[in-house]
Amino acid sequence: MTDVTLDPAVRRRQSRNWLEKAGIGHILLAFFLLIYPAMASDFFLTQIGGYSLVLGMIALSLMLLAGYGGMVSLAQITVAGAAGYVVAIFGENNSGVYGFGWPWWIYGPLAIMIASLMSAVIGWIAVRTEGIYTIMITLAVATACFYFAQQNYALFNGFPGYNGLRAPDAFGLNWRDPVPFYYLCLANAVVAYVAVLYGARSTFGLTLQAVRDNQRRMRAIGFNVTAHKVFAWWLAGLIAGAAGILLVWFNGRISPGTIAVGPSINILVIAIIGGLRHPIGPFLGAVIVVLMQTFAIDIVGAERFNTLIGLVFLVIVFISPDGILGLWERFKPQEGRDSWRSFKKAPNTDGNQGRNA
Amino acid sequence: MVDTSGSRTNPLAQGQGMTRRQAWGIVVLVVAAVFIWMVFTQWPDWLNAILISKKAFLSAILNGLTLAGLYFLVASGFTLVFGLMRNVNLAHGSLYLLGAYIGYEFAEWTGYWLIGVAAGFLVLAVVGLVMQILVFRRLEGDDLRQTLVTIGISVVAADLMLAYWGGTTYQILTPGWLSGAIKLPVVTAVRSNGTEVFLVYPFYRLIVLLSAIVIGIGLWLLINRTRIGAMIRAGVDDRDMLAASGVNVHFVFAIVFALGAGLAGLAGVVGGSALSVAPGEDVRYLLASLVVVIVGGMGSITGAAIGALIIGLAEQIGLVYFPTYGVVLTFVIMVVTLAIRPQGIMGRSQ
Repeated sequence: MTDVTLDPAVRRRQSRNWLEKAGIGHILLAFFLLIYPAMASDFFLTQIGGYSLVLGMIALSLMLLAGYGGMVSLAQITVAGAAGYVVAIFGENNSGVYGFGWPWWIYGPLAIMIASLMSAVIGWIAVRTEGIYTIMITLAVATACFYFAQQNYALFNGFPGYNGLRAPDAFGLNWRDPVPFYYLCLANAVVAYVAVLYGARSTFGLTLQAVRDNQRRMRAIGFNVTAHKVFAWWLAGLIAGAAGILLVWFNGRISPGTIAVGPSINILVIAIIGGLRHPIGPFLGAVIVVLMQTFAIDIVGAERFNTLIGLVFLVIVFISPDGILGLWERFKPQEGRDSWRSFKKAPNTDGNQGRNA
Repeated sequence: MVDTSGSRTNPLAQGQGMTRRQAWGIVVLVVAAVFIWMVFTQWPDWLNAILISKKAFLSAILNGLTLAGLYFLVASGFTLVFGLMRNVNLAHGSLYLLGAYIGYEFAEWTGYWLIGVAAGFLVLAVVGLVMQILVFRRLEGDDLRQTLVTIGISVVAADLMLAYWGGTTYQILTPGWLSGAIKLPVVTAVRSNGTEVFLVYPFYRLIVLLSAIVIGIGLWLLINRTRIGAMIRAGVDDRDMLAASGVNVHFVFAIVFALGAGLAGLAGVVGGSALSVAPGEDVRYLLASLVVVIVGGMGSITGAAIGALIIGLAEQIGLVYFPTYGVVLTFVIMVVTLAIRPQGIMGRSQ
């Protein structure tokens, strides 16, 4: 349903009107997503649709860092979880700890702000080193945060975490209901998606991709490489933070289990399965993983889901480093396929957006 | 890319009385003297007031040293593999846990704990060999994909181990000659009737520490004094030149990977006897190896030892003096190291 959006020819025609600029694929996709509630049951609307969009957003924040910045992070769910904990502490919860009951229009922005700042700090730590170290450092940060949240009762309420987190009533709508919640997720996801798509062609986005391709040269030209990278982390934190709020509203709770190593790897799996070359990849991956999660019970049983998803992930990494998007690219005739795995070595294999802008 | 100024002494400082090395030497001596005084003296009240009690303090130090030994066993394999192959093996924690389960099965089956330890090492060495040949050789030179593959393997391995061994906690029983506690010649307190209370510590934990030291020295000798060690060091420095000079690099890789995985398995059995074996331990030891190696420096056995010492001590001291914030202490150490010396204490910048 999304493949048509990848046609670079669509993006070359930038001088046309907005309808053509957006591309036929995007319009079809938007149409489908808008009328989806009319076709789907409540279960498919929330558990598949809403959940995929939320996970897709978190994976999108990873795609932004990995695809454009060359920094593969395993701490994105930690950032989302930080926003979730802010919602739990400053909003209302049923756990009897904190729950200041602030209105949503205060704790929402606050949660996103704190999450993005945390993301920037993690980024600042991670960009001290480069390449493969980033994975290790972010994994260490994510694990440390998980253990800290689990052990600390004063702030995080320890192992049980917080229960009874609900989307508020606002503008005469109950946002907990399936249809409003779906549109809420959709709106957020679309904003994030368009922002990433547009941002990748902006001056900052191009600079970031140039840093990814050749950090040394960019530094020599006079760019502040660290600042660009940390800013990218901050932007990714905005997306992950917004997704984190939606995630706790979806789950109704936040506990250390939400930010454990398993979920953080899950986000990476989603992004890799979908593909890191285009912002649509993470959403594609999220839909696939959520569908597998839901229907794996019928195939392998609920307990062995991790084996299934792990094997799928291994197969994808082995046969198609660019995920599902890469598979599509492979069977679609096109010159000069670039792969995200070569971004470190080959300066000439630019990012997909960079070439066309 | 990485700032190297920290690794060199300032040339201007030389000849001005004291070099940096001498200054550090004096600091280390003073710290050591204070520590020895703390171990052997009768503690005054103010010191007891700050550090709870001498017994608590010394137990924390000893536990920290033991844990450091265990962490070193796990992390040394991790750092060797990374140093040589640039392969971040995020399945290293799974290797640890698998080793622990295998050791448990063999120890139960044969009734001999030592056979369990040997089986943990050998079986995991074979597993490592198979992983290297079947998986990593196919993805050579592609760091990121190798790392992703290890993540996938760890997910699958954790799930399959959970399926086979279940969620219960196992305890590998140590043999009688290793069990029990021994008195250390350190007086922790003097009772009112004049009898001295000696520090009592589990014998097995001292053995863990001792074996870690022995294995550490063995590894150091292997790396620095043997032909294969020379090949490994050469490979860490420049893999391509090593291959060009006629060495079968794949053979060296296979040996190192087998050794690293075997050490993780060995650590699993040894650690599973001291603590316990349960799902989730893989993540714990993976985190430990990561932090130890980030702090100590990639690819350096000495760095792994120093990092393990710092992290092990910090974790146990944190557990006693600031419970629930212990993880933060570990984390702060990692961040400070990265801020001051991104390549780690013993790491070399690339």
